[in-house]
Amino acid sequence: MSFLSRAMAVVMLALPTFALADTFVFTAIPDADESRLQQRFGKVADYLSEQLNVDVQYIPVKSYAAAITAFRNDQVQLAWFGGLSGVQARRLVPDSEALAQGYEDQFFKSYFIAHESAGMEAGESLSDALKGKTFTFGSKGSTSGRLMPEFYLREQFGAAPEEIFSRVGFSGDHSRTIAQVQSGAYQIGAVNFAVWEKELEEGKIDTNKVKVIWTTPTYPDYQWTIRGDVDARFGAGFKEKVRQVLLNMNDPDLLASFPRKSFVPASNDDYGPIESTAKAIGLLD
Amino acid sequence: MITTPYFRLRSSVRTLNRVCFALVVAAALSLLWADLAVYPVDPWHELARIGRGVILPAWDEPRVLAESLGQTVAFALLAVVLAVPLGLLLAMLFHWRAVRYFCAAIRSVHELFWGLIFMQLYGLSATTGLLAILVPFTGVFAKVFAEIFEQQAHAPGQTLSPSLGTLKRYAYTLIPQSWSALLSYIRYRFECALRSSAILGFIGLPTLGFHLETAFKQGQYSEAGALLWAFVLLIATIRFWMKPVLLPFYIGLAIWLLPETVGFSNGGYLWQFVSVDIWPEPLRDAQWGAALQWYTTMFTDQVWPGLIQTLLLTQIALVLTAVVVLATYPFATRVLGGPLVRWPGRFLLLILRSTPEMVLAFVFLLLFGPSGLPAVLALALHNGGLIAFLVANASDAEAGGRVSRPDDPKGLLRYAYIETPRRFPAMLAFLFYRWEVILRESAIMGILGITTLGFYIDSAFEEIRYDRAFLLIAVTAILNILVDATSRRLRLMAHADTARR
Repeated sequence: MSFLSRAMAVVMLALPTFALADTFVFTAIPDADESRLQQRFGKVADYLSEQLNVDVQYIPVKSYAAAITAFRNDQVQLAWFGGLSGVQARRLVPDSEALAQGYEDQFFKSYFIAHESAGMEAGESLSDALKGKTFTFGSKGSTSGRLMPEFYLREQFGAAPEEIFSRVGFSGDHSRTIAQVQSGAYQIGAVNFAVWEKELEEGKIDTNKVKVIWTTPTYPDYQWTIRGDVDARFGAGFKEKVRQVLLNMNDPDLLASFPRKSFVPASNDDYGPIESTAKAIGLLD
Repeated sequence: MITTPYFRLRSSVRTLNRVCFALVVAAALSLLWADLAVYPVDPWHELARIGRGVILPAWDEPRVLAESLGQTVAFALLAVVLAVPLGLLLAMLFHWRAVRYFCAAIRSVHELFWGLIFMQLYGLSATTGLLAILVPFTGVFAKVFAEIFEQQAHAPGQTLSPSLGTLKRYAYTLIPQSWSALLSYIRYRFECALRSSAILGFIGLPTLGFHLETAFKQGQYSEAGALLWAFVLLIATIRFWMKPVLLPFYIGLAIWLLPETVGFSNGGYLWQFVSVDIWPEPLRDAQWGAALQWYTTMFTDQVWPGLIQTLLLTQIALVLTAVVVLATYPFATRVLGGPLVRWPGRFLLLILRSTPEMVLAFVFLLLFGPSGLPAVLALALHNGGLIAFLVANASDAEAGGRVSRPDDPKGLLRYAYIETPRRFPAMLAFLFYRWEVILRESAIMGILGITTLGFYIDSAFEEIRYDRAFLLIAVTAILNILVDATSRRLRLMAHADTARR
């Protein structure tokens, strides 16, 4: 974009800014390590561009809400969403479609973790000893840090989290959840299993202080979702081409950005359980 | 305007005391219901990591750092440059009640929420970032400029021909009269704009906050430390690089530095947002019973509890802010701190006002566990640092001036009997301004499990429920207008003007 069009952004604040009409834009928020997004996903953009023969750009976003907004506004045409954010996005954009999910996302799970001061032991189900403790979710829109943990809490206790625990916080991020429970600021937390395993491997977790007390049943999580109107814009068969290119992505360096082992096919129906869960706990109407 | 009857002694002491007493009583009552529990915690491992990060900052990509610094300045500068004339224009019309309410409404919404709103309309773009700062700042400029004009002498205006229009009156008398006050306020607001611009990174603009939030969230504290230091340096050196003669050059540079907008072309979304998204479905379908039900549920579940929590914490934070100001400002002044203590004192205030509340709140969360306490402390330290800086500046401006005498007392006596009484009205005025800010900033409480209005607004955006967000923002705006009216009244009662030193 030239200096002139940037100046236009200032001068003509009331008008929408100018766009590069034939650029295919995508966004992604990985579940762990959000640093250097531009550098890491720039490489993914290069790969897509090479395979698809169109100009591909990546834009970094900060939250699921921002990703959904960008998808709805057609600022991005393809996005790597969490389970819940994907459902929300597809409800807002007719004909949009889940293309592929990570291998791990077919059987994703969350861990409930506890600080040693809570005196909790690992168990087969959520124990009544949780009642009255302090508890933190991850981000408000997270599938593994909010939606599924809240669903299983409600199922077990027949009550809202605020009624089960003496305090319910939202740490905003899985790493924060671990840090806050490890420091005892919250006694109990719910966290994405992949992030926990990664931080455990990196030696960031002191298992004398914080440990896993329950594992949720598995559910589908992250997936690539594409807008329905891409074929009209980028040529017939474009959507299928994108799906194939994503499924064929096998460079470990690229996959590490997500981080996933590989991508496997997915469909909107795979996320039916997520949608009904979100409705059940009042996150969707 | 309130006119003071002449038969009463024109001493402001009694009203000042009364206002302060009322504020303290309100805070003390809030203490009874506020949620300030302390939990046993084990924070030292994490705090040691934070400490190491702050002492040993590290950043291995100088280009990214320079870019985000540049863009932080670019957004702030352009927004202020555009907001000043707009604010000036509105200030001239400030005697119209509608204009006053309009300004109170636009400044009552936090920059972050303006950012989220404009993101619906303009995507992630330079326009979104500019508007998010520009809109609330215009409201603030209008209010403060109008107050500055109000404090000017009327005599010069009377020398003008009565047939002159308003614009000429301002151009020939009021604006020249208040020129230095206007400039110094704009300089101060530029610093605030830098903070806002950095914070907007939290929602995705490529400013310092973008990387700061990421580094902090991921626990990469040495990177977070580097970004914090960079920001502190940027603020500390404003007066060395922000020269009026360089302004045109900086504006050109800022436009060039604005981030590119990638792939956004959907301009037709504005109407959909205004006419559909922000209204609840039953209202759009004209099902009045269901709509009433929707509003009742929202009111009992979110608006009312949020309102109570917000007010309780705000009142306590306000009084604690005053305590922080009284305890810290003397160390940053020439007459009380002296050359040895003054620089460390000013440095402390710089750190307090440059560290985002979110970071402070997190540290206190680690120390005390989740409750209103970390929120109150974070708000009081941040805002206290800011006001103490302004109060210390006011003191320095007067040091060695007309009102000083060779036999002025020193030390504690001077603090108690000269400096504090002289600064007190101005301090109170600043405190009243920050009242609104503290109210707005309650949005940071999510991590603490405190359900303020800001918490619910954040949730509504996260759940893509703009109808809820709109209602809650409207309630916040009304609350802010009420607080604004109250503080205006209290200020008039207490003669707490910044200009009448």
